[in-house]
Amino acid sequence: MKPGKAPRVVAAALAGVLALSACGGGEAEDTGPASLRMTVWSANEAHLKLFNEIADEYRRNHSDVASITFDPLPFENYTTTLTTQIAGGNAPDLAWVFENSAPDFVASGALLPLDDTLKKAEGYQYDDISPATLKLWQHDGKLYAYPFSTSPFGVFVNTDLLRQAGQKTPAELIAAGQWTWDTALAAAGATRAATGKAGLVIRDFDYKGWDNLSTFWTGWGARAWSEDGQTCGFASPEMVEAMTTLHRAIFTAKALPGPGTTADFFAGDAAMTITQISRASLLKDDSFGWDLVPLPAGPKGDYAVVGQAGVGVLKRSRNADVAADFLAFLTNPTNSAKLAQFFPPPRQSQLTAETLAKTNPKLKPEQLQAVVIDGITKGVVKPSHAGQAELSQQVRAGLDPLWTPGADVKTVLDGVCAKIQPLLAK
Amino acid sequence: MSQTDTRVDRVEARSTLDRARPFWTSRRRDQLTGYLFIAPQLFGSAAFVILPLALVVWYSLHEWNVLAGTFDFVGAENYRALAADPNLGAVLRATGLFSAGLVVFNLGLALLLAVLLNQKLRGTIVFRTLFFSPVVVSLVAWTIVWGFLLQDNGGVNGLLDTVGVDGPNWLRGEGSAMLSVIVVQVFKNVGLNMVLFLAALQGVPAELYEAAEVDGASRMRQFWRITVPLISPTILLTSIITVVGSLQVFAQIAVLTQGGPGTSTTVLVYYLYQQAFQFHHFGYGATLSIVLFAIVLALTVLQWQMRKRWVFHES
Repeated sequence: MKPGKAPRVVAAALAGVLALSACGGGEAEDTGPASLRMTVWSANEAHLKLFNEIADEYRRNHSDVASITFDPLPFENYTTTLTTQIAGGNAPDLAWVFENSAPDFVASGALLPLDDTLKKAEGYQYDDISPATLKLWQHDGKLYAYPFSTSPFGVFVNTDLLRQAGQKTPAELIAAGQWTWDTALAAAGATRAATGKAGLVIRDFDYKGWDNLSTFWTGWGARAWSEDGQTCGFASPEMVEAMTTLHRAIFTAKALPGPGTTADFFAGDAAMTITQISRASLLKDDSFGWDLVPLPAGPKGDYAVVGQAGVGVLKRSRNADVAADFLAFLTNPTNSAKLAQFFPPPRQSQLTAETLAKTNPKLKPEQLQAVVIDGITKGVVKPSHAGQAELSQQVRAGLDPLWTPGADVKTVLDGVCAKIQPLLAK
Repeated sequence: MSQTDTRVDRVEARSTLDRARPFWTSRRRDQLTGYLFIAPQLFGSAAFVILPLALVVWYSLHEWNVLAGTFDFVGAENYRALAADPNLGAVLRATGLFSAGLVVFNLGLALLLAVLLNQKLRGTIVFRTLFFSPVVVSLVAWTIVWGFLLQDNGGVNGLLDTVGVDGPNWLRGEGSAMLSVIVVQVFKNVGLNMVLFLAALQGVPAELYEAAEVDGASRMRQFWRITVPLISPTILLTSIITVVGSLQVFAQIAVLTQGGPGTSTTVLVYYLYQQAFQFHHFGYGATLSIVLFAIVLALTVLQWQMRKRWVFHES
């Protein structure tokens, strides 16, 4: 090859690639029946079966919708995968959104406002939706996602293990008016000492998912940050007291399994676990006696913590209007009642022990009343903030020194605030 | 004849020749064949290497908000943020520590194993297979299994317990977490370097050792004076592969520690992933990837330049 020809060949090849990539970048014309795709984080067969049944019913009356696909993404990396799909120009039409990424999605303008579509839908009964459940999903007076699941945290109890250790069950403690964190942690520590099994497991915490600790520290009146999200709450006296109690429970009383130790309540490895009622499906029939009770009272009295999940329509979807119409169908009173067997609904008329009991065969009406209905009414939503992923990472790194036996709780928590205060003030 | 006439004659003669000669001369055919042969590679490199590299530079000059769908030019803002990033020092420290640890442990162990398994003894083939087998195991599966073994109540501490040693909480201590990640990676890939060293060792002429023995050189002296110089090209190759590989470590960190405890195992690639894909700072993530590219390039060039000083046949 003559000198000077090689650059020309490379340039020609690059031009070809650029031309090809330019051709691929454009959006196709919106013609023909719509194909909708909704990302979800559940791959549970029963969940997907119900979704598909509702979707099939919708398509029977809507010839403009060719298909509706539910695309389960792995729970652990759900938001990362979803945003990567959006960045890659492959955004779904509808998406489930975690409560911890709600502020980012709601305020960014990525989602379509839903008020008009939902209010106009026939027989929708928009006013039946509890206003408290909508708060996280609203911005500037508009609703950007429907809170399809508002699920309070409760304590699942292995009554066999507690009895084996000679401990009173939480139901007995509740009846005696003694269901507090002091008695709960004492029972957990004693069970661990007597049986060798774990005492209490805060599920999904595993010394990384720190936002699950809000099910603990809320009992002390502590918060990760102030209501307006501007001020760090980790260094507050309430938080220091709560975390000191937790630290002692882990490293002195051994009431909770230590860092790097795993114990699965649903496999019979722990006396108690804090989690949401949807996990009741993990209970194997008759493998051990169990109960579901509300969170123990903290020094500030009774409290409840709820986890939320919303479903929104991506504004960038080519079929955004059709997707919003399907969302109105998916969440209408009839389908909301069907979904209630897995996801506690935000509709006040459906938040009765009788309604929920029909679709939650494993739970007794009194358990549903105490944990779910009362929980939704008075519950505090798990911490969420704009830029939550970055904040969450900083808090996790900041809290790591706490998970050693000799940690100075106050110093560690001051360090957490030093790390996150600049991010909160942004 | 005037000069102008001569030039006209020459042009006419050439055009007559062009008409007579076909376009597809054998030389041109050969050239086209050559281009066609390299076309898939050229196209692949352009599409998957050169274009993404150019785009990364372009992205690093932008603030890209994926959710809002905005892509704003910010000039050198991401590079200014890089200079002011309070985490960058810790990240580069963790990256350096991981790379240094990996290179020392991996090359040292690989060379030791290769020398031991180069002896003419029974069973060496079995041991070679055993040490090489992790190379073909899925990286994520390997790491997940090690994650279970390294738990506080996992297999490693269970084994230590049987000999009366109270093992640390491997993945939760700052020093032990980094050590664990390095060791998991060393065991995964040491077999590959071992095989390369074995091949090099078997290429060292036996008569050199015989001559050295006649001259009264000890085994150690033979190793340093004959073996190491003659396998130095392989040492260079393995060190470049290992250094570059160590800077790309991601899966082990993501599975075992997620960068913790604190930021003690947050290496550059994992930090880049966090910034781009978890915190949605795609522009800043692109800037970090340029830092990574510069580091890999600088280290490779440095090793390549230094080869003349210590690699046999290169001086």
